[in-house]
Amino acid sequence: MNTRIGARSLQYLLAYLFVLLSIYPIWLMIVNSFKTTAEIYMDPLGLPATFSFTNYRKLWETVPFADYLTNSILVSVASVILTLIFASLAAFYLARFSFRWNGFLYFFFLLGLMIPIKLGIVPLFLLMKELGLLNSLWSLILLYTGSGIPLSVFILTGFLRTLPIELEEAARIDGCNHFQVFWRILLPLVRPALGTVMIINFISAWNDFFFPLIFIQKDALKTIPIGMLSLFGEYEADWSLLFAGLTLSALPMIIVFLLASKQFMEGLTAGAVK
Amino acid sequence: MAKSKRSWLIHLFPLPALILYVMFVLYPLFSAFSYSLYDWKGIAKGAFVGLENFTTLFTKEPFNEMFWRAIQHNLIYFVIEMIVQNGLGFLLAYIIYRKIRGAELLKAAYFLPRLLSVIIVGFLWKLILNPNFGALNTFLGKLGLESWAKPWLGDPDTALYAIILVNCWFGIGFAVLVFLAGLQSIPAELIEAARLDGANRLRLLRSVVLPLCMPSITIMSVLTFIQAFEAFELVYAMQGSMGEPVYSTDTLAVYFYRLAFGGAGGTDTVAIGLGSALAVVLFLIVASVSAISLYLLRKREVQH
Repeated sequence: MNTRIGARSLQYLLAYLFVLLSIYPIWLMIVNSFKTTAEIYMDPLGLPATFSFTNYRKLWETVPFADYLTNSILVSVASVILTLIFASLAAFYLARFSFRWNGFLYFFFLLGLMIPIKLGIVPLFLLMKELGLLNSLWSLILLYTGSGIPLSVFILTGFLRTLPIELEEAARIDGCNHFQVFWRILLPLVRPALGTVMIINFISAWNDFFFPLIFIQKDALKTIPIGMLSLFGEYEADWSLLFAGLTLSALPMIIVFLLASKQFMEGLTAGAVK
Repeated sequence: MAKSKRSWLIHLFPLPALILYVMFVLYPLFSAFSYSLYDWKGIAKGAFVGLENFTTLFTKEPFNEMFWRAIQHNLIYFVIEMIVQNGLGFLLAYIIYRKIRGAELLKAAYFLPRLLSVIIVGFLWKLILNPNFGALNTFLGKLGLESWAKPWLGDPDTALYAIILVNCWFGIGFAVLVFLAGLQSIPAELIEAARLDGANRLRLLRSVVLPLCMPSITIMSVLTFIQAFEAFELVYAMQGSMGEPVYSTDTLAVYFYRLAFGGAGGTDTVAIGLGSALAVVLFLIVASVSAISLYLLRKREVQH
C-alpha cells in the first residue's frame, strides 16, 4: 500500500512540476515587461520594484503596434470566414451528392493534407508578384484560405456524412433549393464542426510568421509576428521594450484561450485524431 | 421528382474551394517540381538541365556538406522530440487518464505555450537563455549551480539541443491531448477484464493500453516527423538563417530558405534551381514516410 501512495505522490509531483515548467516562462515574460531594462539585467527572476505601464507606452510610440494588431485581425478573420464558406460549400457537395467524380474530388482535396505548402514558397512568391499582391494583405488572406481548405473540407465532409438524409428530403419536398437546404437545414447542424474548423484556421493564420516574412515588407502592413521580428532587429538591447512587445503579442491569444480553453483544445486535436 | 432547371448550379458549390486550393497549394508545389529541372539566373528561368540540380545538391561542395549536416540535425530533432516531447507527453497523458485532481487545469497549462506564435516562443527563449542576463543562468546561479551556466545558444555543442527542447516545451501539451484522446477511446471493459485476469499495472500498460493506443501514437509520431523535417521558424527566430553558431543548428528547411532567398554558401545569390531540388527531396522524405506509416496504421486497424 505504501508503494501505491508513493507512486501516486510521484505522479502528482511530476504532473504539477510540468505545470510550473509550462507556465513559468510565460509568467517571466509578463513580469519582466513591467520592469526597467536595468532591473531585468540585475535580476531577471524578481518582481518589478514599481508597477508601471511605461514600457507599453514606449512600445506604442516606437512601433506601429496598432497597425500590426489590425492587420493580424483582418488577415485571420477574413481568411477564416472565406475558409468556412468555401470549405462548407465543397463539403456539402461531397457529402450529400453522389456524382460520379465525387470520390476522386474528395481524394484530390485530401492530397492537400500531405503537402507542406512552405516548400512551394518560390513559385508562390513569383505568383504573388505577378498578381501584384506582394505587400498586400490579400496575399496572406488568399494563401491561408487555400491552405486551410483540405483539412476543413475533410472535417466538414466527415461531419456532414453523419447527418440523416431524411432532413434534406423533407426540405426539398417543401420546395427548398440546394442553397436553401445547405444554408437553412445543414449548416446550423454542423456548428460544432464549423467551430473546430474556425479554431484550427484562426490559430494558424494568427500565428504564422513564414509567409508574411516573404510577402510583406511595408511596416504598416505587417502582422504581429513579423512586427516582432523588426522590433527584435532594431531594439536588441532594450529588453524592457522586447518583453512588453512579446507580452502584448501573446496576450490576445491567451485571453481568447482562457475564455474558451475547452473548445480550443478539442478543436485543435480534432484535426489530428480524426 | 422533377429536376429543377437550375440544378446544374450545384456544381458551382465546390468551385471556389477548388480554385483557391489548386492555385495556392497544388500549383506552387508542382511548379517547384518543374523549377528543379531548370537552370536559374536569379529569378529568371534558364535552360532545361534535367537532374543536374540534384547532382549538384548531393555531390558538389559546399552544397552536399550543408545537405548532410542539415539532415542529421533534422534526424536529431526527430529523435529527441520523440523521446522528450512524446515520451513525457504520453506519461503525463497516462497520469491524467488514471485520474488526477485538477485534470482540466493540467491540460490547459500544458497546452498554453502551443497557442503562441513560434516566433514569440523563439524570441522569449532567446532572452531566457541569454548567457549574461538570461533567466536560466540566473536561476542556476541561485541554486548554487553556477558551473552549469552556459551560453546555451552560443555553444555549437548545446545550441541545437536547446532549440529542440524549446520546441518540446512548445509542443508537449498537444502531444498530451492527442495521447489522452487515444487513451480515453480504449473500452473500459477491456481494462477491467485484464485487471480481473490479474494483470499488474506495468503489465496492463504494456499488453493492453499501449497496443490499443497505437493509432494515436502513430499519428503523433508522423506529425512529429513532419514537424522535425520542416523545422524552420524556431531556428530562424533563435539562430538566424545561417543556423548559427557555424551551421550547428542548420536544418533542411533553413538551408532551403537560404537557397531560395539568398545567403547559401557565403554568397548572397539566390539559387532557385537548387532550392527547388531541395524542396522536392524534402517533399519526398515527408510524403513517403507519412504515407507508409498511415498505410501501416490502416492495415493494423483492419486486423483488430
